[in-house]
Amino acid sequence: MRGTAVERAAAVVIGAGHAGLAASHFLSERSIDHIVLERGEVANSWRSERWDSLRLLTPNWQSRLPGLRYEGQDPDGYMTMGEVTEFIERFAKVSRAPVRTGVNVTSVRRIDDGYHVTTSHGEIRCRAVVVASGACNRPTVPQLTTAVPPSVQQLTPFGYRDPATLPDGGVLVVGASATGVQLAAELARSGRPVTLSVGEHVRLPRVYRGRDVLWWMDASGVWDQRYDEMDDLTRARRLPSPQLVGTPERTTLDLNALASMGVELVGRLAAMRDGRALFSGGLRNVFSLADLKMTRLLDTFDEWARTRGRDAVGQGPEIGLPERFAPTHPPQASRLQLDLGSGEIRAIVWATGFRPGYGWLDVPVVDDKGRLRHAGGVLDSPGLYALGLPVLRRRKSTFICGIEDDAREVIDHLAGYLAVRP
Amino acid sequence: MHSTVTIQNYFGLGQEQSHKKESVFDADHPEVFAAEDNGITPIEYLLVGLASCLSAGVASVAQNRGIQLRSVESTVEGAHDIRGILGADSDVRNGFNDIKVTFTIDADASKEEIEALVAQSQKRSAVFDALTNPTNVTVEVA
Repeated sequence: MRGTAVERAAAVVIGAGHAGLAASHFLSERSIDHIVLERGEVANSWRSERWDSLRLLTPNWQSRLPGLRYEGQDPDGYMTMGEVTEFIERFAKVSRAPVRTGVNVTSVRRIDDGYHVTTSHGEIRCRAVVVASGACNRPTVPQLTTAVPPSVQQLTPFGYRDPATLPDGGVLVVGASATGVQLAAELARSGRPVTLSVGEHVRLPRVYRGRDVLWWMDASGVWDQRYDEMDDLTRARRLPSPQLVGTPERTTLDLNALASMGVELVGRLAAMRDGRALFSGGLRNVFSLADLKMTRLLDTFDEWARTRGRDAVGQGPEIGLPERFAPTHPPQASRLQLDLGSGEIRAIVWATGFRPGYGWLDVPVVDDKGRLRHAGGVLDSPGLYALGLPVLRRRKSTFICGIEDDAREVIDHLAGYLAVRP
Repeated sequence: MHSTVTIQNYFGLGQEQSHKKESVFDADHPEVFAAEDNGITPIEYLLVGLASCLSAGVASVAQNRGIQLRSVESTVEGAHDIRGILGADSDVRNGFNDIKVTFTIDADASKEEIEALVAQSQKRSAVFDALTNPTNVTVEVA
């Protein structure tokens, strides 16, 4: 314990990723004195918690942060993790964010006039705290991992770097969202037999009518749908990431693409019994649900293009005609079980999602599933805010380009709070 | 091989409940099994359960979505290899290998909207879940 006095600041931002830095940008704009605390380095998760081949799902031209735009030569490409890290570092420099790296927050607790933040490098008292510590701090892994025979190696995306991380032989990838489909494809290309366990998922083409599908999400206004105008916000916030990959070829990586690469599709992993993985027989229905939802979304795009979007569609490269994609083909007979002791499967990759970690947050704002209870980033504890969570204030909140509007509004609220109380 | 099951009471919402009337189910086996054929086979009750659960789901999802249904019909087929229950081949399972439900729906809705009703009904169906996912079953002698 060092004998230093307790430091004071108006606000503390926890996390120096794109969200925390965007918060800092708007705090500086309002001359609110603040400190950004970062456990590692700027853009830490992008640096150290992602696999080697990962690229952003959003095209480069969509990489925009407050006061910073992509200015490279490849607007339609997708940033590698090294490029994302550089981009966020540049943002930290340009916005002169008061970042302290290598500082671990161990506790945030409520005190009379604000919050007391305990860190690995001292104590801070502040009126407001912005939690921007990320949505993907820990991989979510089902309980049934304990029933996997020890001969099968298990790993999460945090432990996966490239196919050489895994032993030779068959791999079961559990989960068919962005992570699962990307890793299944990469492992299949490495020559391993891959089985992919598929639950409910979000299917999207990479390119629609000649434009990136995320151009459509942005331009048509789908991404701007607000959290307080959604029929089912809980569902929107829990929606799995879309089956997308960022590649120079702009390829679509849906289940049909994976099946044509030789990946065997099986149902959702339902149970482990006597060393056997048991899969749901409801595969056809998760295909139907995803196909129908994709078609509805494309209908929305077409309707927008025909009406309000006519001017936007008129700009830039020629837009193609409406397209519809083949339904997801059900396998002849999907296997309902796999004997994990037979040697057919040598490794399991749990691509079953990520969750935030709030072990250090000693304020009762976390629900029984470990998520923050918040209304558009405003927590139920005065002066406490969150940024960088899925559908925080809009559908685009999940993406880098979604942080600007969210951060501006959350910091507006924070500034209002600081102004009215002494 | 003939059994009669009678159901009227159940436990739900934290207390004992009662249906308006008693339901009686006769189950038996066809005469080729040297039985008297006093009712459908027990496994056919699974199909009855699946069809009625999915149909109820279609009706309630349609109501939620403001879709007027005129008629809903379903045909249920269960592919069953009886060598399993006869113990003739240990590689053959006792239960169904495949189940197929075909809906014919007349409603004020597009083909896609009707397909979405059926998909959502499966997603929320207790019987669909029970048939497609493994379930721990305890059978004991009291």
